[in-house]
Amino acid sequence: MSSILEVKDLSVYYGVIQALKGISFHVDKGEIVALIGANGAGKTTTLHTLSGLINADGGSINYKGHELTKIPSHQIVTFGMAQVPEGRRVFAEMTVLQNLKMGAYTRNDKAEMEATLATIYKRFPRLEERKNQLAGTLSGGEQQMLAMGRALMSHPDLILMDEPSMGLSPIFVNEIFSIIEDVNKDGVTVLLVEQNAKKALSIANRAYVLETGSIAKEGDAKELLNDEAIRKAYLGE
Amino acid sequence: MSFLTYLINGLSLGSIYAIIALGYTMVYGIAKMLNFAHGDFIMVGCYIIFSVSAALSGNSVVGIIVAIILCTVLGVTTEFVAYRPLRGAASPLAVLITAIGVSYLLENIALLIYGADIKSFTSVVTWEGVSFAGGELKIQGVTIITILVSVVILIALQLFINKTKQGQAMLAASEDKGAAALMGINVNRTIALTFAIGSALAAVAGALLCSAYPSLSPYTGAMPGIKAFVAAVLGGIGSIPGAMIGGLVLGIVEILSKTYISSQLSDAIVFGILVVVLLVKPTGILGKQIQEKV
Repeated sequence: MSSILEVKDLSVYYGVIQALKGISFHVDKGEIVALIGANGAGKTTTLHTLSGLINADGGSINYKGHELTKIPSHQIVTFGMAQVPEGRRVFAEMTVLQNLKMGAYTRNDKAEMEATLATIYKRFPRLEERKNQLAGTLSGGEQQMLAMGRALMSHPDLILMDEPSMGLSPIFVNEIFSIIEDVNKDGVTVLLVEQNAKKALSIANRAYVLETGSIAKEGDAKELLNDEAIRKAYLGE
Repeated sequence: MSFLTYLINGLSLGSIYAIIALGYTMVYGIAKMLNFAHGDFIMVGCYIIFSVSAALSGNSVVGIIVAIILCTVLGVTTEFVAYRPLRGAASPLAVLITAIGVSYLLENIALLIYGADIKSFTSVVTWEGVSFAGGELKIQGVTIITILVSVVILIALQLFINKTKQGQAMLAASEDKGAAALMGINVNRTIALTFAIGSALAAVAGALLCSAYPSLSPYTGAMPGIKAFVAAVLGGIGSIPGAMIGGLVLGIVEILSKTYISSQLSDAIVFGILVVVLLVKPTGILGKQIQEKV
């Protein structure tokens, strides 16, 4: 398998505080890779740096042969990388359909866009039912679906998901995770950031454990799920 | 009959406030800053029309077009040079104070070029207007044109925002710049576009304002700028229909209180209404409720 994303020695500072201390990891095409860790470990910082919302202070991000650290955030999506941000961040004052269309902002192929929209409605029937409703009036789970649908509208090869289960009821959590698996089966590579480590490890191929800005552990997701130290630190056992 | 005349005049003045307030409110909505130099863009527009018309022996159409273009350039340049570098500054006051600085800069440049004496502005509307009921109700051409122009602008803006990709990008960036960037929206360019539209509207408002009240000085834009700011806050800052309603309310109240109460007190009444509305509904008439996000 070949790497779709190769991150080397990535470091980020917030003022004098080093949030990422030179982390390296890679994501292969077709994988689900989980990035787990406690609050403040640098998970969201990592995803924001990949998407260009935060500038890297050192290191490199190679995505499908493109060096992303020098590219502004609004161009990164055109390379086929989309993010479902933490807290969903749907456009509350816009309708569901308008939100989805924003996801396809960089696309100009109207017919193909309609086709993508149809597949998204098929995957999330609730979004079609509520397409003319303002996104701010949706429930948390529905907003999460909208945020995922919106990211998929750009037809990405790699999707970055930041805490998709945060604040959702257990039923929605299971639904969201099974959707992530489905999306992956359809050929989209997934980099998943989660505090719900157990769930994340159960669907991932591989995982990295982030601790205060450094990668503390990496390996096969199933093995990490059975790792004594991981179970103690992240699975609450 | 005279009440109707005053009401229509109020509607006309309100339309001018509304056009200015649209620029205020759109810029606030996306850049989260109050562009206190916005009123002075009006004055710049008026002087451009004044000079071009004088050079072309009275052709105001060319003057208006040149004013719209140059005000657009001025707005975008101001944003790029003065406001953009301060975006994300530690204190939001930095950009606010800069805007006040730009305001003084423009006023003093005008003072330098044109002097302090008041220039008499020739109305860009040559139409006399219409009279009804045997001449008892007379409506001036500029009054009618002003109201029509503001209606056209409002409809055009609503169409632009709801039907075009750029307009939708503007809405998205107003709500969440980070999420908008993740969609592939160039947020800086979208903000520049908003400044362009707001400044072009200021030029249009200037042409109408100086046609209705034909005296031009470097401070011509200052008071209407503040009134339009009040209108935007009254209607709910960030809301386009709110700016329209706020402007109309303000114009009508101003003219009616000038007529029936006292011309000295009219500004006090206008600002008094602002205080009352903000006490009762702090977000303004159409202000957005801040949504609880769970």
